Amino acid sequence: MDIPYTVEVRRDTGLTNGKIGIWLFLASEVMLFGALFASYILIRVGAPSWPRGDTLLDVPLATFNTIVLISSSVTMVMAWASLMRGRFGTFRIYMGGTILLGLTFLVVKYFEYSHHLHLGEFPSTNNFLAIYYTLTGLHMLHVFGGMMVNAYFWGPGAKLWKTNPVWFTNRVEHSGLFWHFVDLVWIFLFPTLYLL
Amino acid sequence: MTSDHTAASSDHAVDIDRHVKVYITVFVALMVLTIVTVAISYLHLAVPLAVTVALFVATVKGTLVAAYFMHLVSEKKLIYAVLALTVVFFAALLALPVVTHLDGYWIHE
Amino acid sequence: MSEQPVVDAPKAPVAHEAHHEELGFWRQYVFSTDHKVIGIQYAVTGLLFLLFGFALMMLMRWQLAYPGVPLPLLGSLLGEARMPGGTMVPEFYNELGAMHGTIMVFLGVVPLAVGGFGNFVLPLQIGAPDMAFPRINMASYQFFVLGGLTMLASFFVPGGAAQSGWTSYAPLSIIATSGQTWWLIGMIFLITSSLLGAINFITTTIQLRAKGVTFLRFPFFVWTQFVTAFLLLLAFPPLEAAGVMQLMDRVAGTSFFLPSGLVVSGQVVDVAGGGNAVLWQHLFWFLAHPEVYVLILPAMGIVAEIIANNTRKPLFGYRSMVYALVFLGFMSFIVWAHHMFMTGMGTSLAAFFQTTTMIISIPSVVILTALIISLWGGSIRFNTPMLFAVAFLPMFGIGGLTGLPLGLNISDIPLHDTYYVIAHFHYVVAPGTILALFAGIYYWYPKATGRKMNETLGKVHFWGSVACMNVVFMPMFIVGLAGVSRRLYDGGVTYDFAQPVLQWNVVSSWGAWILAVFQVPFIFNFFWSIRKGEPVGDNPWQATTIEWAAPSPPPHGNFLVAPEAHRGPYEYSVPGAAKDFLPQSEA
Repeated sequence: MDIPYTVEVRRDTGLTNGKIGIWLFLASEVMLFGALFASYILIRVGAPSWPRGDTLLDVPLATFNTIVLISSSVTMVMAWASLMRGRFGTFRIYMGGTILLGLTFLVVKYFEYSHHLHLGEFPSTNNFLAIYYTLTGLHMLHVFGGMMVNAYFWGPGAKLWKTNPVWFTNRVEHSGLFWHFVDLVWIFLFPTLYLL
Repeated sequence: MTSDHTAASSDHAVDIDRHVKVYITVFVALMVLTIVTVAISYLHLAVPLAVTVALFVATVKGTLVAAYFMHLVSEKKLIYAVLALTVVFFAALLALPVVTHLDGYWIHE
Repeated sequence: MSEQPVVDAPKAPVAHEAHHEELGFWRQYVFSTDHKVIGIQYAVTGLLFLLFGFALMMLMRWQLAYPGVPLPLLGSLLGEARMPGGTMVPEFYNELGAMHGTIMVFLGVVPLAVGGFGNFVLPLQIGAPDMAFPRINMASYQFFVLGGLTMLASFFVPGGAAQSGWTSYAPLSIIATSGQTWWLIGMIFLITSSLLGAINFITTTIQLRAKGVTFLRFPFFVWTQFVTAFLLLLAFPPLEAAGVMQLMDRVAGTSFFLPSGLVVSGQVVDVAGGGNAVLWQHLFWFLAHPEVYVLILPAMGIVAEIIANNTRKPLFGYRSMVYALVFLGFMSFIVWAHHMFMTGMGTSLAAFFQTTTMIISIPSVVILTALIISLWGGSIRFNTPMLFAVAFLPMFGIGGLTGLPLGLNISDIPLHDTYYVIAHFHYVVAPGTILALFAGIYYWYPKATGRKMNETLGKVHFWGSVACMNVVFMPMFIVGLAGVSRRLYDGGVTYDFAQPVLQWNVVSSWGAWILAVFQVPFIFNFFWSIRKGEPVGDNPWQATTIEWAAPSPPPHGNFLVAPEAHRGPYEYSVPGAAKDFLPQSEA
């Protein structure tokens, strides 16, 4: 049985089901990270003292990671644009780039975390570290999740391009929206934790 | 135009070309703003000022990502409506810390 | 009398029946993506959890009625750790209390009201073939089961299940035994299930409406599910964030919710400190207040459908009800701290939240009043669904009115955390929502199974349940007004001021145990009628809404030809019409 508006848009809304679905999901994610940001503000303002981010965290490394993530957002949108132009090969390259950049981000974070843990800086050490690990940890899980979906569309899921190219393009677009959102969260996380 | 999902055709390719130019421009802007925000942080401004500036830059960057990478500039009304609703409740959430510190609610150690 | 399905519609799903191959047992009944199967799965699982949650309470009620007295028979079965010599230890009482609340709210009522009724009825009422994302629908049910199993499993870990109230307040919940960690993990699964469901409901309602189904032609039930989905979507994530932070506190030793200098059993707790226990309360109630509207809105929707149908007239004030509903949904996000008046908040904050709380009572009253006025001048048919639906009205009235003193800071001071609160919210949920859910089961059972449930058994179930529910909860107002706190393991027996009201504990307990007996005819009826109930056609209730244009039960894809709405949802007793109802999708 076919569900309508999976591929073609519904005339009065101008949208496909998937587009609405992914934005609704992103709305819930805004509330999720929003709650964590609100908690961060509450704890920080109530604390007698709070370390400036660069005194505990590695700013140059995180700046590099920020550049990596932003670049991956560009490759992601270029991957979708390639599909819109009908260029599957180019899509593969850009999507592959997105996944590699995401992997780079995760690897850098792995080194960051190991370094802190090696120095005895655990989540339990103080509230700054607690919220740092929690916020970046949850963000990292989202990066990982997004990468899994992207890898699926790069690999086994790419079969769909042959049978239903429009649906495939839409799904890549939706995956891209999630990926951009993950980048967007980092754009706020980075200055909040590292620079302030 | 972005939600017009028919199979790629030649005039689509032209539209996409324009979009790609935008993506590159936004990418450059984001890189510059990243450098800017990190550079400013080295000035070690007073906390209230530092927060304002950093959040302002982050908001600009975020807006660029949302507007152009996520195509919000050309999205449909329904999506705008959902997001507007979300923003309102997000504001209510951010009111939480404000609300906790009113009336001497928080007891400092 | 059965309704003919709508003829002449373009994209008829009929064609798809042809290449719809036979699914095996597992794909058809267990791993189904059909919203009707998933709806029934949710409903049955939800009902089982409701029964289990009820059983937990019946155990508690023994301790409350006869504190310290060994429980005959069952006492010895529950083990020496929990009931040495058949007498309940306080920790076990707390376990039962926390899990009763958690199970009833998150594993019972919401899965039945939203997962069950929403899934089954909503696509049919808007003329859709299924939900927008059938596989995500299946996943959402699976996460629910996973969450439920996690919660059940937590009873068996050392130290037992969560025992810090369904509200899991810090710092108690942080230092509690490992069952609390399981509770947090279970909640994350359940929240995931709800989020997936909400996305599905909203997208489906907007996109898969049949031709002619405009927003103001939605049955009120659809509106309630639509608003509820938004509440779930936007209010649950903060609790998820809080749950993650509480997990970090418990497992990683952080101090998000632990203040500095916390002393437990005479020893200073070895944590960094600097956290805030009230932060947990804020994040918890940010969800939990909208959550109570998640509990009541589907019930209002069900009652509205049944009242319109059984009065043979349109709902009074449909448009006002819709606007009130939307306003209610919006307001529900900014009243949460009325649960926190006793946390030391100052007067400006209290003033803000009391004001929003008073304002939110207005749309509730609008909806209730409209439903009551809808009865006026109707040709009322008192079948079982209608009995339950009508009983909902005064019960919700009592529940709602008794909430008013709780919503005002001053009057909340003596009432907070007493049995008065328990009475208030149970009136809204138990003689309120649950009665409406029973109404819905009797009403839509024929659509799902092709058979009606037995009327006599239904009426016995009805009268017994309504009477007993009132016997259980009405005395609690008295007990609460006398000052007896909730969550007391012995029901207040050690307090002087409680002595005059203690006998009411016994009354409530017997009310609960007899209430259980009256559920037996319902359970029997539910299963017996599957095979032996009176067979019915498409529209046994002569109803107008589109689900009654589908066969009973509807096939995969729901409608033999895609329906189209030609009129509003409640065209009953239209002057000049041949019969006393005009189905929404009839040409």
